[in-house]
Amino acid sequence: MINNLFLNIDAGTIDWSRAQFALTAIYHWLFVPLTLGLAVIMGIVETKYYRTKDEFWKTAAKFWQKLFGVNFAMGVATGIILEFEFGTNWSNYSWFVGDIFGAPLAIEGIVAFFMESTFVAVMFFGWKKVSPGFHLASTWLTGIGATISAWWILVANAWMQYPVGCEFNPDTMRNEMVSFAEVALSPFAIDKFCHTVISSWIIGAIFCVAVCCWYLMKNRDTKLATESMKIGVWVGLVAALLAGATGHKSAQSVGEVQPMKLAAMEALYNGGTDQGLTAIAWVNPFCQPDYAKEESAPLKLEIPYALSFMATNDIHGYVPGINDILNGYTKPDGTVEPSIDEKIARGKKAIEALSIYRQAKFNSSDDGSTAAYQLGILKENMKYFGYGYIKDKNDIVPYIPINFWAFRIMVGLGCVFILYFLVMLLLIYDIPFLSVFTRRLLASVGLLPETMADAPRRLTGLPSWHYWTAIILVPLAYIASECGWLVAEFGRQPWTIQDMLPTWAAVSDLNAGSVALTFFLFLILFTTMLAVEISILLKQIQKGPEL
Amino acid sequence: MTYEFLQHYWCFIVSLLGAILVFLLFVQGANSVASSLGGTEEGKRLVYNSTGRKWEFTFTTLVTFGGAFFASFPLFYSTSFGGAYWLWMLILFTFVLQAVSYEFQNKIGNFLGPKTFQFFLTLNGIVGPLLLGGAVATFFEGSNFIIEKNNLVDLEALTPIISRWANAAHGLDALLNPWVLVFGFAVVFLARVLGILYVMNNVNDEDIRSRGRARLIGAAVPFVILFVAYLVHLLLKDGFAVDEFGRIYMEPNKYLNNFISMWYLLVVLLIGIILVLYGIAMEIVNGKSSNCKSLGIWPAGIGTVLTVLALLLCSAWNNTAYYPSTADLQSSLTIENSCSSEFTLTTMFYVSLLVPFVLAYIVYAWRAIDAKKLDKDEIRNDHAY
Repeated sequence: MINNLFLNIDAGTIDWSRAQFALTAIYHWLFVPLTLGLAVIMGIVETKYYRTKDEFWKTAAKFWQKLFGVNFAMGVATGIILEFEFGTNWSNYSWFVGDIFGAPLAIEGIVAFFMESTFVAVMFFGWKKVSPGFHLASTWLTGIGATISAWWILVANAWMQYPVGCEFNPDTMRNEMVSFAEVALSPFAIDKFCHTVISSWIIGAIFCVAVCCWYLMKNRDTKLATESMKIGVWVGLVAALLAGATGHKSAQSVGEVQPMKLAAMEALYNGGTDQGLTAIAWVNPFCQPDYAKEESAPLKLEIPYALSFMATNDIHGYVPGINDILNGYTKPDGTVEPSIDEKIARGKKAIEALSIYRQAKFNSSDDGSTAAYQLGILKENMKYFGYGYIKDKNDIVPYIPINFWAFRIMVGLGCVFILYFLVMLLLIYDIPFLSVFTRRLLASVGLLPETMADAPRRLTGLPSWHYWTAIILVPLAYIASECGWLVAEFGRQPWTIQDMLPTWAAVSDLNAGSVALTFFLFLILFTTMLAVEISILLKQIQKGPEL
Repeated sequence: MTYEFLQHYWCFIVSLLGAILVFLLFVQGANSVASSLGGTEEGKRLVYNSTGRKWEFTFTTLVTFGGAFFASFPLFYSTSFGGAYWLWMLILFTFVLQAVSYEFQNKIGNFLGPKTFQFFLTLNGIVGPLLLGGAVATFFEGSNFIIEKNNLVDLEALTPIISRWANAAHGLDALLNPWVLVFGFAVVFLARVLGILYVMNNVNDEDIRSRGRARLIGAAVPFVILFVAYLVHLLLKDGFAVDEFGRIYMEPNKYLNNFISMWYLLVVLLIGIILVLYGIAMEIVNGKSSNCKSLGIWPAGIGTVLTVLALLLCSAWNNTAYYPSTADLQSSLTIENSCSSEFTLTTMFYVSLLVPFVLAYIVYAWRAIDAKKLDKDEIRNDHAY
C-alpha cells in the first residue's frame, strides 16, 4: 500500500502516546476534583450569606472562591489538551469510534463549558454588579457546569470501558451509534459518574478542613475556620460514605463487564465461587507475577467471601481469575466464555472476512454473493473483532502490581477518610454519648489531653497532631483519587475500547521522537505551573480572608 | 431531515463556531498589543482585566469547535489532528499558557513574576491567531495526507492506521506555503483590530481610547492589504471539486464559481467585509470626539463572523473538498465522505437546538457584567487579575 512508504510507527510511539495521555490525565485530575469539591463548599457558604445577610459569610465565600479560581485555571488549561489528544495521538481511535465518542465531547462543550465559563465570570467579577440572588445562582451554576462537564466526559470514558449502543458498519469501516440513550445513560457511566464526582467532594472537604486546621493551629481567623470546618466535615463524611457505596456498585459493574480488570485488582490468578477479598498479599510492585504457575499471591490475607459479594452481591458468587479468563470458563448460568486463543482466532476471522467483503464490494465482477457471505462471517465473529489485533493471549493481562496496589491504597485511604470525618464530627458536635465516648477514647490513648476528655466541644487549642492530621490528609486524598484512575485505566489495558480496539490499533501515525518531545514539553509546563499554583495557593491561605 | 441536509447543517454549525472563534480572537489581539495600548503599567493591567473577563469564551469556543468537529466530521478530526500534529500542538501549547496567565500573573506567590505571564499572553496573542489562521488556510490550500481505510484490515502492518501524514513536518509544512502565511498574518492583524476595538469599547479610559485609535490604523492597514491579497488569490486559484461519483478533481476558479453559484454566500461575504471596514472607519473618523461611544467592535465583530462564515462554507458546500489532500487527491475530505452517521448527526441536531438558549444566557450574563465599563477604580478596589 502506498502509504506504507510513510510508516513512522514503532512500539515507542504507542508507549509515548500512552505516557503523554496518562501524564495529561493525571495532571488534569489534580485540579478537577478540587474544583468539583470546592464548588460545593463555596456554594454552601454563599447560600449561608444569602440567607443570613451576615457579612462574615460573604467574606468566607470570597475567600473560598479565590482559592477556587487559582485552581480552576489549571483545570481548564489541562482539560483542553485532553480533548484534542484524542485526535492528535489517537487518530485511528478517533475515526473508528468518533461517530459515538465525539457526541459526548461536543455536548460537554455546548451544555457544560459555556455554563461554567459564563457564570464563573459573574461569580468573580459580579459581586457589585448583579443582585445577591443572581450571584448565588452564578456560583452554584459554575459548580453545576463543572459537574455536568464531568458527566459527559465520564459518559465518554465509560463507553470506552463498556461500549454499548453501537454497531460496526463495514462500508464506512467504523462503529456507529444506534442508541444515544444507551450511550448517555449506560449503567457503567452512572456508576462511574457517581463514584468519581462524590470522591471529588472528599478532596474538596479535606482541603477545606486542612486550611481551617492550619488557621486553628496558628490561632487566627478562628471564626472562618470553625464555621467552614463544620461544612467541610459534613460534606466530607457524607461524600466518604457515599463513595464507599458507589465504589461497591462500580466494582460490581467491573466484575460484570471487565472481569480481567477485577482479577488484576485482586491478583486473583485462579477464581471460583466463595472468593475472599484480599486484604493484603505480597505482590511485587516492580514485576508482573507468574500468574500461570502460581496458585495465588504469597502471604495472602483475605476477608472470606467478600470478593464474591463485592463482585456479584452474593457471598457464594463466581469470580473468574486471570487463568480462567485466559483459558476459558463456564459461568454459573451455564454459558461458556471462550478462551483468549479462541477469541483471537475469531477476531482474525472477522478481520479477514471484512477484508474480503470490501474487496468483493468494490469489485464489479462480484454478484454480491461473496460480499453477503463474508458479511455473515463478520457479524458472527464481530464480538471478538478487537482480539484479531492481539498477537499473544498474555498481552490482554494488564500490569497486575499497579492495579493491585492502587486499588488497596484507594480503598484503604477511603476507610481512613470515613473514620477521620466521623471523629471530627463527634469532636465538633455534642452528640449524646458518642462525642464524650470519642473524647475519652482519644484521651485514654494519649491523643487528647485528659483535661479535654470531658470538656465541651471546641476546636481551638487541640494538640497539634490533630491539625497536622488534616493537613497530611490532603496529599493522601490526591493519592487515593489518582489511584482510582490508575485502577480504571491500567486495568483495561491493552484496550482503548474494551474488546474492540487495542492501543496499538488506535494510535496516530507519528514517530516516537515527536511524541516524546511533546511529552517532555508538557511535563515541564505542567510541573512548573503546578509549582506556581501551589505557591500561590499557600500564599493566599497565608494571607487569609480579606476582612 | 435528509442525510444530505444534516451534513450541510453540521457544516454550517461548525463553520459558525469557527467564525465566532475568529471573532473571539479579539482577546488574543488585544493581549498582543497590551503594552502599547495600555501605555502605563496600570493601563496594561486594564487591558488584561478587560480581556480577562472574556478569555474563557474564546477558550470554550475553541473546545466546542473541536468537539463539534469531532462529533460531526470525525475523519477530519482524526486526519488533521493526528497528521498536522505539530501545528495543533503549538496552538494548544500557547492556549494552555494563556489559560493560567490571567489568574497567576499578579498573585502573591507567583515566583515566576508577572512579566513571565504577560509574555505568555503576548505569545498566545500572536502565535495563536497566526497558527489558527494557517490551519483555516489549509482548507483552501490543501494538506499533505493520505487516507486508506483498508489499512484497518492489514494485519501484517505493525499498526493498522487509516490516516497518515506524507511528510515528517507534521503540519509545520503548511507554513512553507506563502499563502498560508498571508492568511495567517491577516488573522493576526484582524485579531488586533478587533482587540483594539473591544478594549476601546470595554474600558472607560480616555488615554487608552486615544492610543487605541492610533494603533487601530497600524493594525487595520496590514490587515486589509493581506486580506484583499488572499481574497484575490482565492478567487483566482484552482479549487478542489467533487464530481457526482465522489471523485476529486481540480476545477479552475472553483471558489469564485462557488460564490457565483451560492450568491447568498457572496452577499454574506460582502456584507461582512463592509461591516468590518465600517467598524474600523467609524472608530477612526468619529472616535475623535470624546463624547462619542466606541461602538466599532459591534459592526466589525458581526462583520468578522459573517466573512469567516462565508469563507468556510465556500470551502465545503457546492461539491467542494473542504480538507483537500496535496499528497493524494482522492484522499481529500468532503462533507459527504468524512461525516458522522445519519443517526449521530440527527441526535446532535437536537442537541444543537440548545444553542440559542446557551447564547441567551451568555448575552444576559455578559450584559450584566459589562453594564458598567471597566475603569481603574474597579481594578484597584475589586477582584482583578
